[in-house]
Amino acid sequence: MNFFVEALAFITDPARLTGPDGIPVRLGEHLLYTVAAVALASLVAIPAGYLIGHTGKGRTIAVALTGGVRALPTVGVVFGLALLMGIGSTPPMIAFVVLAVPSVLAGAYSGFEAVDRATIDAARAMGMTESQIVRKVEVPLGLPLLIGGIRSATLQVVATATVAAVVGAGGLGTYIFRGLRSNDYVQMLAGSVLVIALAIVIEVVFATVQRLVVPAGVAAGRPTDSRAPALRSRTSERSLQEGTQS
Amino acid sequence: MTWVWSNADFILDKTLVHLQLTLPAIVLSLLIALPIGWAANRVVRLRGVVLTVAGLFYSVPSFALLVVLPTVLGYGVRSDTNLVVALTLYGLALMVRSVADGLDSVEPDVRQSATAVGYSGWQRFWRVEIPLAGPVLLAGLRVVAVSTISLATVGGIVGINGLGLLFTDGLQRDILEEIGAGIVMTIVLALLVDGALVLLGRALMPWSRGPSRAERRQGALVGAAA
Repeated sequence: MNFFVEALAFITDPARLTGPDGIPVRLGEHLLYTVAAVALASLVAIPAGYLIGHTGKGRTIAVALTGGVRALPTVGVVFGLALLMGIGSTPPMIAFVVLAVPSVLAGAYSGFEAVDRATIDAARAMGMTESQIVRKVEVPLGLPLLIGGIRSATLQVVATATVAAVVGAGGLGTYIFRGLRSNDYVQMLAGSVLVIALAIVIEVVFATVQRLVVPAGVAAGRPTDSRAPALRSRTSERSLQEGTQS
Repeated sequence: MTWVWSNADFILDKTLVHLQLTLPAIVLSLLIALPIGWAANRVVRLRGVVLTVAGLFYSVPSFALLVVLPTVLGYGVRSDTNLVVALTLYGLALMVRSVADGLDSVEPDVRQSATAVGYSGWQRFWRVEIPLAGPVLLAGLRVVAVSTISLATVGGIVGINGLGLLFTDGLQRDILEEIGAGIVMTIVLALLVDGALVLLGRALMPWSRGPSRAERRQGALVGAAA
C-alpha cells in the first residue's frame, strides 16, 4: 500500500504538471488518440452499420467481423504495424481505428435491428419515406445501442493506446513502460492509476449519456411486467455490446 | 517464413505455455461467476451493483491492471500468477453477466414446478436451472475463452511467458515474421478452444443445438414487443 502513497506523490508532484513529459501533455496525447480514432472509425462504421441494419444485407459479414476481432491480439497488431511502418504516431493510429471499427459497426446495426418491425411498418403505413423512417424512427430508437458501441470502441482505444507507448506513441502508457524498463515501480504504478482513472471516467460518462439518449417516449412507456419474455433478444443485443478488452 | 520454420519448436512451446496460463483463468472465471451470478439473479438490488462493478472493472486497461494487481496482492509483476489472476478477473466480469442472464432466462413456472415435484434448492439449481441456462452460459464462456486467449498476450509486455513474448521479442529484434506468427497462433489457439467448447456443449447438452432459426425469430419478435 506504501507504493500507492508514493505513486500519488508522483502524480501530484508540481514538476509533473508542465513540460513535454508532464501529465497534462501525456493525458492530452492519450485523449487525442482516443477521440481521433473513434471519430475516424465512426465516420466509416456508422453509415455502414446503418446500411446493414436498415437493409439487413451484409449482416453475416458484420457479425463475423465483430466476433473475429475478439481473437485478434491488439498488442501484435500495434507492434506489427510499428515494425512495418516505423516508429511514430501514424502506425498506432491505424491500429486504433481498425480495432475501433467493429464495435461501432455492431452498435450501429444492432441498434437498427433492435427496432420492432411493427414500429417500422407503422411508420411506413403512416406514409413516411424510407429516409424519414431512418431519420425519425430507426436512428433515435437505435441511439442507446450505438452509444454503447462507441463506448466499447472508446475503451478499447484507451486500452490499446496504453500499450502503444511501447512503440513510442506517447500517452499515459509512457510512464508505465518507462517504469517497467527501469524497474521504477512507483512511476509504473502512477501511470497505471492515471490510465485506470481515465478509463473509469470515460465509462461513467458514456453510461450516463447512454441513459440520456433513450427517447422520452420509450423511457416513459417501458413495461414493468417482470415476466415479459424479452430475455433472448436482450441477451443477444448485450453480447454485441461487450466489445473486447485489450 | 524461414524464421518461422527454423523456430517452430519455440513457437509451439510458447503456444503451449499460453494455453497452460489461459485455461485455468477461463475455468476459474466460470466457477467463480456461478455463485456470484446466482446471487445477482436472486437479489434484485444486488444485480445492478454486481453488473455495474463488472462493467467498470472490464473497462480497466489490462496493461495497467497487470501493474496495479501485484501491489494490492503482493506478488511479482512478471509472475504467472499475476497474469492468471488478471485474466480470471476480466473473465469473471464478463461471465457474471452471462450467468445472471442465463439463470434469468429460466421460466419461473419451470422453477416452481421443480420445487413442486420435490427438488431441494440445491438440486433444482444443478439439475434444472443450470442445464436450462446452459446455452447462455456456453455463449458467455466462448466469448470469455476467445478474449482471454487474445488478452493474455499483453502479459508479454511485462515479460510474462506465452505468445505475447513473440510480440516483444519480434519488436526488439525487428523480426516481423515473429509478430505475424504470434498473431496467427493466438487466433488459431482461440479458434481451437472455441471449437472445443462448442463440442463440449453438444456433448453435455444434446438437447440444445442452439435455438432454431424460427424460434430465434419468434424470440426476437416477442422480445421487441415487450
